[in-house]
Amino acid sequence: MPSLSVSKSFLILFLVSSASLVGAESAFASEPDYARQKELVHLVRQDCGSCHGMTLKGGLGPALLPETLRDKPAEGLAATIYYGRPGTPMPPWKQFMSEAEAAWIVDKLMTEFPQ
Amino acid sequence: MRLLLSLAFALLLNACAGPQLRGTGDLGLIIERASGHVTLVNTTSRQPYARIGGLGDLSHASAVYSRDGRYAFIFGRDGGLTKIDLLEAKIVKRIIQSGNAIGGSISQDGRIVVAQNYTPGGIKAFDAETLELLSEVPAEFAPGQFSKVVGLADTAGNKFAYALFEGGEIWVSDFSNPKQPTTQRFTAGTQPYDGLVTPDGRHYMAGLFGEDGIALLDLWQTEKGSRKILENYGRGQEKLPVFKMPHLRGWSVAQGKAYLPAIGRHEVLVVDVATWKEVGRIPVRGQPVFVMARPDGRQIWVNFAFPDNGKVDVIDTLAGKVVHAFEPGKGILHMEFAPRGENVWLSARDDNKVLIYNTETFAKLGEILAESPSGIFFTSRAVRIGF
Repeated sequence: MPSLSVSKSFLILFLVSSASLVGAESAFASEPDYARQKELVHLVRQDCGSCHGMTLKGGLGPALLPETLRDKPAEGLAATIYYGRPGTPMPPWKQFMSEAEAAWIVDKLMTEFPQ
Repeated sequence: MRLLLSLAFALLLNACAGPQLRGTGDLGLIIERASGHVTLVNTTSRQPYARIGGLGDLSHASAVYSRDGRYAFIFGRDGGLTKIDLLEAKIVKRIIQSGNAIGGSISQDGRIVVAQNYTPGGIKAFDAETLELLSEVPAEFAPGQFSKVVGLADTAGNKFAYALFEGGEIWVSDFSNPKQPTTQRFTAGTQPYDGLVTPDGRHYMAGLFGEDGIALLDLWQTEKGSRKILENYGRGQEKLPVFKMPHLRGWSVAQGKAYLPAIGRHEVLVVDVATWKEVGRIPVRGQPVFVMARPDGRQIWVNFAFPDNGKVDVIDTLAGKVVHAFEPGKGILHMEFAPRGENVWLSARDDNKVLIYNTETFAKLGEILAESPSGIFFTSRAVRIGF
């Protein structure tokens, strides 16, 4: 039974995320400017890094490397950043970035995250 | 003539002897997390004296010291364990002991260094002299299920206490026979995130992330089992999001009270360590990460999680409130007191500096350049339990 409840909650998360991130595709069209990109990279490496590791290989939180994220839907990952994940230590980061910026971070994490 | 000659010879030898003699008592090191370096410092001159590279991924790295304060054992995020000689300013030995590590500890007799690991979850014991693997205790809390280990602390009798994040337990492993440790298990609660041993070595506390409360184990009477204190300190109120896990160590205990970070609150909880009842809470300007007592216990210095990580609040334990609040720099990650507490060193990660302040006047005394500094560790930790 546990597998059912896991997939169910994932589905709910997925639905919530796709509903709230309708603008996700258009997000890539409006990439954050260079200065903001630098801030976001710093935030991910330093502050997300306190749980996920500065090299993103994981710590108390899971690894955020392309190979570990490959099979996960980008929208769900962006929603996890933006809204957090209740029941886990993952907090919502929405006060520090827009949904489009969360989507940009996911895009970079899934390909190659800048230094 | 012969006497004169031998005297001249002795002088010559002396001149060739090279590095000046140095005591270890006022030495320490600064972790430079991004570049895999450590800077070695002197806490009396307040100056660096050497810098060593090649230590791998040092994000969240920590250090413990041999009892003579000469050797530092540095635990890196990438599972690296590096033994450094502070007198010769060089790496003595370096091994990669796991895939993902979070810190370590050293036994009461100084002979065993233990690393706590996330992947694979568990602890590993090494000979402090050679870094040879002695034994390991996998954190398998249920068949086939391994937990990340947090809050490892040394206790009396070459025992180590630690907590299992996923397992929700406190384990105490006895390394009296270093090759065949024995382990006792106790209930902790949901998601212990860190732990501490009180400075007398008697109690182990595990802070809980998944519920309001702290698990407490009396190491002198383990047969009584663990219990929970400060239950429901949040009283069902909605928690604030937690952007960084707080850290616990024995430094939180001062003047008969423990000063502990409240998870998801802008508060420091105050607990009487005789009764283990909450006796107060002190509002601060963010979510506490380190809540550290000055060695004499008169002051408690508090730094904060993102986005308040540029602030530092100082609590006076007599007044029971914040008496000094300031913004020393960007990304204040760690604090370390001079051995007797007259100064405190703060690492300002995003300013690439370590800042040194007088704890009485709060005047800035100086700064040391360091690349993305995080942990600061002085050799005075060598003689304290649970550090």
